[in-house]
Amino acid sequence: MSDDVLDRWEPVIGLEVHVQLATASKAFSSSAIAFGAPPNSLTDPVVLGLPGALPVFNRRALEHAVRLGLAVGATIRRRSRFARKHYFYPDSPKGYQISQYDEPLCEGGAIELVCGGQRRAVRLTRIHLEEDAGKNTHTAGTTSLVDLNRCGVPLVEVVSEPDVRSAEEAAEYMRALHALVRYLGISEADMEKGQMRCDANVSLRPRGATAYGTRAELKNINSFRFVQKAIEHEILRQARILDGGGTVVQETRLWDGAAGTSQSLRGKEEALDYRYFPDPDLPVLVVDDATIDGLRAGLPELPMARLDRLVALGLALDDARTLMVDRDLGDYFDAALQARGDAALQARGDAALAARGDAAAARSLANWLVGDLLGALNRDGRAVADSPVTPAGLAALVRLVDDDVISGKIAKDVLARAYASGEAPDAIVEREGLRQITDAGAIEALARQIVEANPKQAAQYRGGKDNLLGFFVGQLMKASGGKANPQLASELLRKLLAG
Amino acid sequence: MTAAAPDDDGCWLSAAEQARQVKAGARTARALVDGYLARIAADDRDPRRLGAYLHVDADGARARADAIDAAIARGDDPGPLAGVPVALKDVLVTEGVPTTASSKILAGWVPPYDGTAVARLRAAGAIVLGKTSCDEFAMGSANEHAATGPVRNPWDRDRVPGGSSGGSAAAVAAGLCGAALGTDTGGSIRQPASFCGVVGLKPTYGRVSRYGAIAYASSLDQIGPMARTVEDVALLTEIIAGVDPHDATSIDAPAPALRAALDGGARGLRVGLPEEYFAAGVDPEVAAAVERALAILRDAGAETVPVSLPHTRYALAAYYVIAPAEASSNLSRYDGVRFGRRGGDRQASLLDMYRHSRGDGFGAEVKRRIMLGTFALRSGYYDAYYKKAQQVRALIARDFTRAFDDVDVLAAPVAPTAAWRLGAMAHPIDEYRADVLTLACNLAGLPGLSVPCGFTGGGLPVGLQLLGRPLDEATLVRAARVVERGAAIDRRPA
Amino acid sequence: MDALSREDVEQIALLARLALDDDEVERMRVDLAAVLVHMDALAEVDTTGVEPMTHAVPMDLRLRDDVAAPSLPVEVALRGAPEVVDDCFSVPHIIDKSGTAAS
Ligand SMILES: [Mg+2]
Ligand SMILES: [Zn+2]
Repeated sequence: MSDDVLDRWEPVIGLEVHVQLATASKAFSSSAIAFGAPPNSLTDPVVLGLPGALPVFNRRALEHAVRLGLAVGATIRRRSRFARKHYFYPDSPKGYQISQYDEPLCEGGAIELVCGGQRRAVRLTRIHLEEDAGKNTHTAGTTSLVDLNRCGVPLVEVVSEPDVRSAEEAAEYMRALHALVRYLGISEADMEKGQMRCDANVSLRPRGATAYGTRAELKNINSFRFVQKAIEHEILRQARILDGGGTVVQETRLWDGAAGTSQSLRGKEEALDYRYFPDPDLPVLVVDDATIDGLRAGLPELPMARLDRLVALGLALDDARTLMVDRDLGDYFDAALQARGDAALQARGDAALAARGDAAAARSLANWLVGDLLGALNRDGRAVADSPVTPAGLAALVRLVDDDVISGKIAKDVLARAYASGEAPDAIVEREGLRQITDAGAIEALARQIVEANPKQAAQYRGGKDNLLGFFVGQLMKASGGKANPQLASELLRKLLAG
Repeated sequence: MTAAAPDDDGCWLSAAEQARQVKAGARTARALVDGYLARIAADDRDPRRLGAYLHVDADGARARADAIDAAIARGDDPGPLAGVPVALKDVLVTEGVPTTASSKILAGWVPPYDGTAVARLRAAGAIVLGKTSCDEFAMGSANEHAATGPVRNPWDRDRVPGGSSGGSAAAVAAGLCGAALGTDTGGSIRQPASFCGVVGLKPTYGRVSRYGAIAYASSLDQIGPMARTVEDVALLTEIIAGVDPHDATSIDAPAPALRAALDGGARGLRVGLPEEYFAAGVDPEVAAAVERALAILRDAGAETVPVSLPHTRYALAAYYVIAPAEASSNLSRYDGVRFGRRGGDRQASLLDMYRHSRGDGFGAEVKRRIMLGTFALRSGYYDAYYKKAQQVRALIARDFTRAFDDVDVLAAPVAPTAAWRLGAMAHPIDEYRADVLTLACNLAGLPGLSVPCGFTGGGLPVGLQLLGRPLDEATLVRAARVVERGAAIDRRPA
Repeated sequence: MDALSREDVEQIALLARLALDDDEVERMRVDLAAVLVHMDALAEVDTTGVEPMTHAVPMDLRLRDDVAAPSLPVEVALRGAPEVVDDCFSVPHIIDKSGTAAS
C-alpha cells in the first residue's frame, strides 16, 4: 500500500466474524455436523424447515458461546433471546434465520492482539448466537443448486467496534480471535472449511477527523491473507474515489479472492426489511450464575496470558506472539520448556532454575522451535502436533547446544536427521559420538597438524591477513568431524599462529 | 351419545367404549375400521356430502387394525385407545400419509415423520383413519377457506361446521370416526365443537407438544381432542399431553389425571361469569342454552359469580395482529424449493419463482393474513403493532389471573351465534369478529373446553365454553361432565 | 392508520413474496385498510411499563444435549422437492453469487 494514501486517510474498520462452534449436532436439532459429506445427507425435518418442525437449542453451543464471552471479558446476559430474521433465499429453508437481535448473549469485552510490535485491544460490540445457512452452488446453466448440510450449524457472530485502523491490524485481529477460539476449544476455526468467516466494514476519514466516513461492507473474506488483501484493496478503492472528488456509496461488496478484487452486490433485490421479532418457538434463554461460574472455572490459559508469561520468561514479543497465535505451537513450547527444566533440575539440582525457567534457555528453545523445527514442519505442511521430534527430544538437543556439548552446526544436522527418522536427537548424538572435543590437548594436537600442513597460509596470516584465522578454524573443524569446540579451536589456533 | 347406543357397527360408541370392547374381544378393530370406511364412502356418494375428509387412509387403517387385533389375540395390550379409529386435522403431520393443511401449496406432500401427538395416539393403539379438512393453514372460523372446498355441518348441510377444525368436528358429529384431533389458535377446536355438537378441549398452551403441528401462530397454537363424550376428551388429552424433547415450549409438568377427575361433581365449584362475554351481541337462543347449562351447574352445587375481564374488548385487535404476524413468518417456508408446489414457469427468475409459488399456492384468506402480518412486522411498525399487541396481551392475561383469584373456572358462550349459513360471512372482519369469545383464552394460554349444552330453536347445537387456570384441565372436564350428564343430549344429526 | 395506497400493498406483497394481480392488489388494499381500522383500538390501551408477553406460559428455554441422531436418508430429504439435480434442490439461477445470505 502506498504510504501517501495512509498519510491523507485514516481507515476505520469494524469486523463481523462468524465462527462455527464445535458441536456434534446442529444448533436447533440433532442433525449431525460433518465437513464434506454428500449433498443433503445431513438433514432432518428441522434442518429442512419441514412443516411442523420445531427448534430445540443445543446446550453445548450455548456453553461455547459463554466461554468466548467470558474470555473476552464481555457481559453475559442472564436472559437473552432468539429472534427471527426474515429473508427469502434458497439456502435459508424457513425463510428466516434464527439469530439474536436486541437481546444478544454477550455485550462488550475486547479482543487483545499484537500488531507492529505493540499490544492493542479492539473493543467488541456484541457476540450473538445464530444458525448457519446452507450452501448454494451456481451452475453454468440457468439453475442454482442447494445443499443444506451446513444449514443449522451453530455459529457465534463476533461484532467489533470500529476500532481497527489498518488492514494488517484486521488480519492480526482475526489471528487473535482464531487463537482464542482454538485455545477455548470451542471451534476448529478452519478458514478453509468456512468455519471462520469475516465481513469487514471499511470507511476512510481524513487524518485528524473524528466523524466517520461512509462505509462499505466487504463480504466473503475467507482467509487471513485475504483479510489483509481485501481491506487494503478497499482502502485504495475508497481513497481513489475520495481523492478524485467522489463519494463512497454505502453498499455491500463481495470479495473475489481469486481475482483480488471486489464487486458490488447492489441492485440484487429491493431494500431488505428483516422483520425481526422474538422467536415464539424459543422461550427466553436463561444462563444462571452457577453455569457461568462453572464455565469460568474451566477456562484454560488464554492466548494473551500465555503471551505475557512468555514475555516474562524473556522471549521477544514477536517470538512470544508466534507461539501464542498457534495453540499447538505454544503447547509444544511449554512441553519442551518443561522437559528442559526437568533435565536441568536433575542435572544440577537447581530447583530455582527449573521453576522460573532460565531466560537464556527459553530464548534458545524458542529459536530452535520457531526457526529450524517450525521451518521444516511448514515446508512439509505438517502440523506441530505431528512433529517427528518430540518436545522432550528438542529440549534435550537444545540443552546439548546450550551446554556446549555439541556445536550449533552439529545440532542443526542432528535435528534434520531426527526429523527425518523420528529418532531422538540426543540418542543420535550419543550413538554417533558427536559430543564436542573440549580436551585442549587433543585440539592443540590437531591445530599443530593444520598449521604445519598449510605453511603458505600461516605465513600470510602472520603477515597481517587476520581473516585467514577462519580458514584454519574451518580446516580444524573438518579434521575433527565438526566435533571440536569452535571457540577453543579458534583460541588455540590464534595462539599457535602468533607463536 | 352413550355407550349403550344400539348400532351394531359400533361407530357411534365413545372412543373409550370402543377401546374397552376391542380389548375385551367383543368387537374387532378391523370391524370398526370397516364400519367407518363404509359410512365415509356412503357420505361421499351423497350429493350434499359433508366433505369432512381430505384423505382416507383405508389400506393403512385396515393393516393397522389387523395388527391390533392380532396383538389382542396374542394377549398383548395395544394401549388405552386400542383399535379406536381417529381422524386428524390435516395440519397434523403424519408419516406416509398426505398432509396439506387444506392448501394447494402443499398438495401431494407426504411427510417423512409423525408429529408427537400423532405418534402418541398411535402408540396408544389408535388407528389413523384419515385426514380432515380445515380452513387453509387453520386460518378461518367456518371451514370455508379450504382449497378443496367447504365442509358441511352434519346438523344442517346448508350451514358451516365452524372452523378451522371443521372437518374433525363434522367427522366426530356424523359418526365418521371414533374421535379426532384438531388445533386451536383462536377457538378452532371449541367453536366447531360447539357448532357441531361435540366436545372439544384446547389444553393449556404447552400442555401438548406442537411438534408436527403445521404452525399458524406459534405462540397461540395448541393441539387438542374432539370427541363425542367428555370422558373421551379426557382420555385423549391424557395420551397426547406431556413434555416433548422436540418442542421447547412444551411444559414439563406431570401428566394430567383427567379421567380420575371426571366424576368430581360441581359441589362447591366457583364458576365465574365474565360479564363481557354475556354482553349484547350474543344471540338470545345461544344465551338461553348457556343459561340452562349454568342452571345445571348450580343445581349440582356450583356457585356462579359475576367477574369482569376488562381488556376483553381489545382481544380481537391483539389477536389479529399477533396471529397474522407469526403466520407471515411461519409460512415463509412455503417457497417451492424443498416440498410442495412450485409456481412460475421454468424460465422464471428466482424472485418470480418465489412470488408465483406463494401467490398462486396460497388462498385468499392466507394471503390476507400474510400481508397483515408482514405489514405489522415491518421495521418502523413493529412497536405500534406487534409489540403493542403483546403488551395488551399481557393485560388480558392479567385479567384472567385476577379472576382466578376468586373463581375456579369461567363459563361463557363459545361463539355469539350458532352455525351460520355457508357463504354468509361477506367480509373478513365479520368472520374475525365471530372469534371474539374464544381468542382471549389463547392469548392467555389457558385451557378451554366446549361441551354441548343444548340446541337453538332451529335445531343447531350450542356449546358451553369453560375456561380454566393454566394446567387445570381437570376442573374443566369435571364441570363439563356435570353439564353433559345434566343436558343429557341424546340426539344425532339426521 | 392512514389509508393504504396501492404502492404500500405492492411493497408489502414483494416483501412477502406474493404475486398479486391488479384486482387482488385492490381487494387487498380495501380489506387490509378495513382490518387495520380495528387494530387501531390497541392504541387506546395504556401499556406503559407493561412487559410484552411473548410466550403464553412463562418458561425458560429448555436445552438439548449435544447428541447427533441419524439424518434423513438423502432420497427422503429430497422426495418432496419440485426439482432435484445431483442430489441438490434446484432453483432458478441466483444472480447474487455470495453463496449465502446469512450474515
Ligand atoms: Mg452481521
Ligand atoms: Zn450473522
